[in-house]
Amino acid sequence: MAEVKTLTHEEDILIEETGYDDHFHDHHHGDKYQSGFISNYIFSMDHKMIARQFLITGIFWAFIGAAMSIIFRLQLGFPESDFQWLKPILGKWIVVENGVGTLAPEFYYALVTMHGTILVFFVLTAGLSGTFSNLLIPLQLGARDMASPFLNMLSYWFFFLAGVVMFYSLFISTGPFSGGWTAYPPLSALPQASTGSGTGMTLWIVSLVLFVVSVLLGGINYVTTVLNLRTKGMTLWRMPLTIWAFFVTAILGILSFPVLASGFFMLTFDRALGTSFFLSEIFIEGQALERIGGSPVLYQHLFWFLGHPEVYIIILPAMGLVSEVLSVHARKPIFGYKAMVLSILAIGFLSFIVWAHHMFMSGVNPFISNFFVVFTLIIAVPSAVKVFNWITTIYGGNLRLNTPMLFAIGFVSMFISGGLTGIFLGNSAIDIQLHDTYFVVAHFHIVMGIAAFFGMFAGIYHWYPRMFGRFMNETLGKIHFWGTLVGAYAIFWPMHYIGMAGVPRRYYSFDTFDAFKHFGEMNQFITVAAIIVFALQVLFIVNFFYSIFKGKVQTTRNPWGATTLEWSSPIGGVHGNWEGKIPTVHRWAYDYNKDDREFVPQYIPMEEGEVAGEDVHV
Amino acid sequence: MADIALNNTNQSTRRIHPQVFALWVSFGSILMMFIALTSAYIVKQAAGNWLEFLIPVEFYFSTGIILLSSLTLHVSYSSFKNGNEAPYKLLLILSLILGSIFLVMQFRGWFTLFEGGIDLKGNPSGSFFYLITILHAAHIVGGIGAMIVAVLHAFTLKFKPTERRRIRFSLVLQYWHFVDILWIFLFAFLLFI
Repeated sequence: MAEVKTLTHEEDILIEETGYDDHFHDHHHGDKYQSGFISNYIFSMDHKMIARQFLITGIFWAFIGAAMSIIFRLQLGFPESDFQWLKPILGKWIVVENGVGTLAPEFYYALVTMHGTILVFFVLTAGLSGTFSNLLIPLQLGARDMASPFLNMLSYWFFFLAGVVMFYSLFISTGPFSGGWTAYPPLSALPQASTGSGTGMTLWIVSLVLFVVSVLLGGINYVTTVLNLRTKGMTLWRMPLTIWAFFVTAILGILSFPVLASGFFMLTFDRALGTSFFLSEIFIEGQALERIGGSPVLYQHLFWFLGHPEVYIIILPAMGLVSEVLSVHARKPIFGYKAMVLSILAIGFLSFIVWAHHMFMSGVNPFISNFFVVFTLIIAVPSAVKVFNWITTIYGGNLRLNTPMLFAIGFVSMFISGGLTGIFLGNSAIDIQLHDTYFVVAHFHIVMGIAAFFGMFAGIYHWYPRMFGRFMNETLGKIHFWGTLVGAYAIFWPMHYIGMAGVPRRYYSFDTFDAFKHFGEMNQFITVAAIIVFALQVLFIVNFFYSIFKGKVQTTRNPWGATTLEWSSPIGGVHGNWEGKIPTVHRWAYDYNKDDREFVPQYIPMEEGEVAGEDVHV
Repeated sequence: MADIALNNTNQSTRRIHPQVFALWVSFGSILMMFIALTSAYIVKQAAGNWLEFLIPVEFYFSTGIILLSSLTLHVSYSSFKNGNEAPYKLLLILSLILGSIFLVMQFRGWFTLFEGGIDLKGNPSGSFFYLITILHAAHIVGGIGAMIVAVLHAFTLKFKPTERRRIRFSLVLQYWHFVDILWIFLFAFLLFI
């Protein structure tokens, strides 16, 4: 080495003795690398900074998306009330008549559409997998950075650009796109179809194409890093489950997002160049259009070929984070590590052959539906394996019930309740009654909305010291957890009931429907619960930003007593992640309570005669 | 910061360069995009109201030209590796020219098709033909961009077949082979299905 450093931390000394010298610090780019404000905080190529950029942008969008849901919940819970007080925010979308302000119906649809788009893509895809893949892949694998830090930076900035375009679309005079987050034609294909179908839809599609580019650049990087840049001794079977989850997530994204892009190209041709891929025999205002020969169902196939893997792109990272958090805070090895990995792979594979269960009622052949019913129900098997293993991991453990652990356990609860209703919906016969009702809304919000958020919160509270060198406030965290757990069930349990009664989703008002209007009080209850839960998320955001500056300072590198490599690197992070050599790996990631030792980090060499943990625990 | 990747793992045990590997992963991604389009094509064709037409002769010529350009680029790459400066530069330029001729031929093919009455806006069979060939051409444009960078390197940098420049050149070469094979597949698909 060019200079002699005195190493004071025991982790550094151990890594210097047993680690692997890649001559990384000989090159001196550490001195001038990212020294300016712009290259350090804005156009950063450091994966740890990019992770924080993804997270904070995700929090921004989560706030916007959740605030939208509060506005449309107010309309559903209190349709007769005066909404004039919202006029300063919503402007002309609050129509005042006889002194009573009402929410414009077209803006209600725009809110529902934007809520779905923002939460699914910007928050739970970019905000979740973008944040934690970036933070943990290099750190847990013992890599200096991503395979291509430059593409990694581009990935974030394409996401940012997608966000700018979408944000702009919220403020145009015709309003953002309002045809549902799935953007089915003809509402999405004909600019004259509705107010949001014009400029709003154009901006929506531009934004999402930019987003696809971001996901692809990120995903290619994650897969390459996992397969090429693991440190010595880090075999695939020694990787923590977080990495397995991010790896499969990235593969799903790489294979499914291009299909969505194809659908978007065809949609753009239909919108701008007059083709009829998705259009046939349409009447607008009594006028027959000349567009014939296309099929709207074709778009649905292309959309859901992405759409279904997308729900696993959302839930797999949450599963990975939860597996890790449960094991660390139960002080026990994860139960059935190999079964966990195989079920991640099985879920990833099956996610590609179930897409048409979103289309049972779209006019697809009922015999083809049978095929999709069978595979949909088979997904319950690897999912149940995972649930079983999470429960057996914490069973008999020495549990630390801190905020990350509570959220991880809450995730398991949400995943079970939401997953069970999936078995109902996966049957095409029952789907005739339940499709497009609040039962579906309740199902997917619990299983991929709330559950994914719980996984994300578990990850944020757990890895907060790794990101910011401080801890979040534990009391506020516990209030956040218990309030959100009770509140989320209070919102979505009644929705199952409403849905079984046949109340359709997305409707602006039920006043004129005799069969549905007596659920008014239940809708009020849901709205009140939603407002309380929203307030608790604001509390979380306050806690998050307050703790960046004023949180309890992290004093030891490995505060949770975890085994994975990210906790051996200096507090606050350094360029290249480790000061001197990179650690080499001698064992799997789950050596907890082994041979009278509470935990044994992965970089500690095996003792003579020691039996490897992965051989004992399968 | 490419050297981060280079420094990171043990050179002797790693068989594939991370950037080459990343390129292969992106091939998978591009392939999925075209598989989506060809699948949609098959589904739409089976649904009926499908106009059959002959593919203009220009597309046959362009197929030959892109095959030839792959060959010249490959020989240029081998010359670079073996330190033969003149054939490397000459064949690189030739490949760039052939690649551009491919684009021109595609363009003329679209015009012939249009004059023959196959309109983008008409029957979906024509719309699909234009969409698939245009999207492929967009990927060719990317390849030509990469080749232009390679030409600039060839004529501005001092000739020195280092490992780093070889990897760079091989990225261009592999991408070009990929869009070539992709075109053969798409052409055969449009011709026979």
